Amino acid sequence: MTISRRTILKSAAAGSAVLASPAFIRNAFAADPIKLGTVFDISGIFDAYGKPIDMAVKLAVKQINDGGGLLGRPVEHIGYDTQSNMALYTQYAQQLTRQDKVDVVHGGILSASREAIRQTLRRANTLYFYNIQYEGGVCDRNCFVTGVTPAQTTEVQIPYTMEKWGKKVYILAADYNYGQLMARWIQKYFKDGGGETVAVDFFPLDVSDFGSTITKIQTAAPDMVYSALVGGAHLSFYRQWAAAGMKSRIPLASTTLGVGSEHLVLTPEEGDGIVVCYNYSPELDTPANKAFTTAWGEMHGAETVPNIHELAVSNYQGILLWAEAVKAAGSVEQAKVIEALDGGLSLDGPAGKVTIDPKTHHATLDVHLMEMRGQKLNVLQSFGARPPIDTQLVCDLVANPDDNQQYEIKI
Amino acid sequence: MDLAAVFTLEILYSIAVLVLISAGLAVVFGMMRVINLAHGEFMMMGGYATIIAVQAGINVYIAMLIVAPLVVGVIGLVVERLVIRFLYGRLVDTMLATWGLSLAFTGAAVMIFGNTTTGVSTPISGFTLGAYQINGYNFFIIVVSILLLVAAYAILRGTRLGLVARGTMQSADMAAALGYSPDRVYMSTFFVGSALAGLAGGVLAPLVGLVPTWGSAYIAKAFITVISGGASIVLGLLSSATVFGLVSQTFTFLSGPVIGEVALLVAAIVLLRLLPQGITGRFFKGRL
Repeated sequence: MTISRRTILKSAAAGSAVLASPAFIRNAFAADPIKLGTVFDISGIFDAYGKPIDMAVKLAVKQINDGGGLLGRPVEHIGYDTQSNMALYTQYAQQLTRQDKVDVVHGGILSASREAIRQTLRRANTLYFYNIQYEGGVCDRNCFVTGVTPAQTTEVQIPYTMEKWGKKVYILAADYNYGQLMARWIQKYFKDGGGETVAVDFFPLDVSDFGSTITKIQTAAPDMVYSALVGGAHLSFYRQWAAAGMKSRIPLASTTLGVGSEHLVLTPEEGDGIVVCYNYSPELDTPANKAFTTAWGEMHGAETVPNIHELAVSNYQGILLWAEAVKAAGSVEQAKVIEALDGGLSLDGPAGKVTIDPKTHHATLDVHLMEMRGQKLNVLQSFGARPPIDTQLVCDLVANPDDNQQYEIKI
Repeated sequence: MDLAAVFTLEILYSIAVLVLISAGLAVVFGMMRVINLAHGEFMMMGGYATIIAVQAGINVYIAMLIVAPLVVGVIGLVVERLVIRFLYGRLVDTMLATWGLSLAFTGAAVMIFGNTTTGVSTPISGFTLGAYQINGYNFFIIVVSILLLVAAYAILRGTRLGLVARGTMQSADMAAALGYSPDRVYMSTFFVGSALAGLAGGVLAPLVGLVPTWGSAYIAKAFITVISGGASIVLGLLSSATVFGLVSQTFTFLSGPVIGEVALLVAAIVLLRLLPQGITGRFFKGRL
């Protein structure tokens, strides 16, 4: 056997890496690491969502490893950046399951990206977590959803705004799946509370001129405007609304503003007073959130703390929840981890308590009513343990464990 | 009554925006026959120039009306020297080259500014008209557009500069024979066209959330307006912007923004079917 110079260099490098690495890795060196795969849009047009998510994933993995890993093994993070390109999702999902042979995948931001990889992961028997707020209805035993669904938030947001402002609402929504469904939910909850929808306007995603809409809203004279507008072009609405001097006349509520940290882009004059409802705000005054934001600041720099958004925290909670399940199951096997999660496993995360609902594999979460004030999401009121009632209406995995589809929710 | 006034104002505003976003293209495409698919990206860069200037502490009006056109004008100059000047008279080639440029500019903007939305707030506050609140900035945009059209008309019609520019575009050889350098005339005309795109981006920046892909939302509308306008630069721009502004706002108001956009496109198709040479190909023929 000949030993080449390269082999010697390689083993020398490996040896020094072992010596230099922290204690737990050396202990665990004999054991294989547990592999956690992620696929997110960290660059490209969705990077405002993806970048903080990536930071949250890294923080969660670091905390798990600092705490001794799982089952005495370290957690290895294998992450791919899909560059806001849907085609790359399928490719990377296959790479994660076939080549990297990961034990779990956390990933996807848009609903389209989730649907692109969900079936692949199901066929490969790889446990999948989608930790993002979305329109609801996914029913798949292999898939866990730890983000909020529309009913969890709007069901408390609308009674609050109705009591505060009145009964007539004007709805503006983005013209695609999410906006259409959200507009229906908003109408439903107003009707339930004895209110009335005066009009619903849908906007293509690239529309950035809202002048005539603002005039139309004034003609209709609603008590409030609900916005489910999405993305950069639609941010123009809030700016033009404030520029027209409408802020003091008709109040605004939104189901989307702030999820991508938009409140940091709007000036206080443009954003102040807008009411939103989410699972998380960096301003949450709880010990768990204090510890989380401190740890985040230490790892990524204190200046990035205001950028932490709900999607990042959901992913952080999703990973910790999976870690708890692995500990409870004593194994990383898909079937055993699912069983552990189905046993009503819960976690006290930065956004409050997260519990898995075994019927839907969605999470029961706390939600917080918030008001924008001085480029911050200030918490007005918190609501504990909100079940995913919209998905519960259509999905029962206990009765039909083989179910595999996204239901359209009838309202 | 109030509603009628507000509605009229919205239409005027809509026309003004179309004039503003198409003016640069009217010069570059209408006059020079260069299909500039990077027009939207020139506007986007004007927007970013404005925002950076404002963040650096420059007065917002100076940023919009001077900094943005100058910065984009200079970028346009560089583009003309490095790319466009080799492609005059080759329509398809300029189209491909500027399409590539538009991708490159968007990519560069993503690298420099990231994909996060930015913006400055509107410098003019809203005011009340009867029972309605109106965005005061709309007036500013209307005024800028009117001044722009008047200035363009005056320069092209009344000055030697305008005469030379028009003459060179019509017959470069003849202009060269008379002692004017077509190369320099083309260069400066492209500079003006780019600067106008920068101005549009700068003036619209306070109304929108700016992202690197912002320009692509305007490119189609700008081309439709310029092509439907026809051969005359100023009158063509004004007439087609008026038709489209009126149609899109009326339909937006009666129905919704989706229908408004559709109505604009349908109007353009009908118009070009009836008047293939554009509005000024039939009416106001030969006027400026």
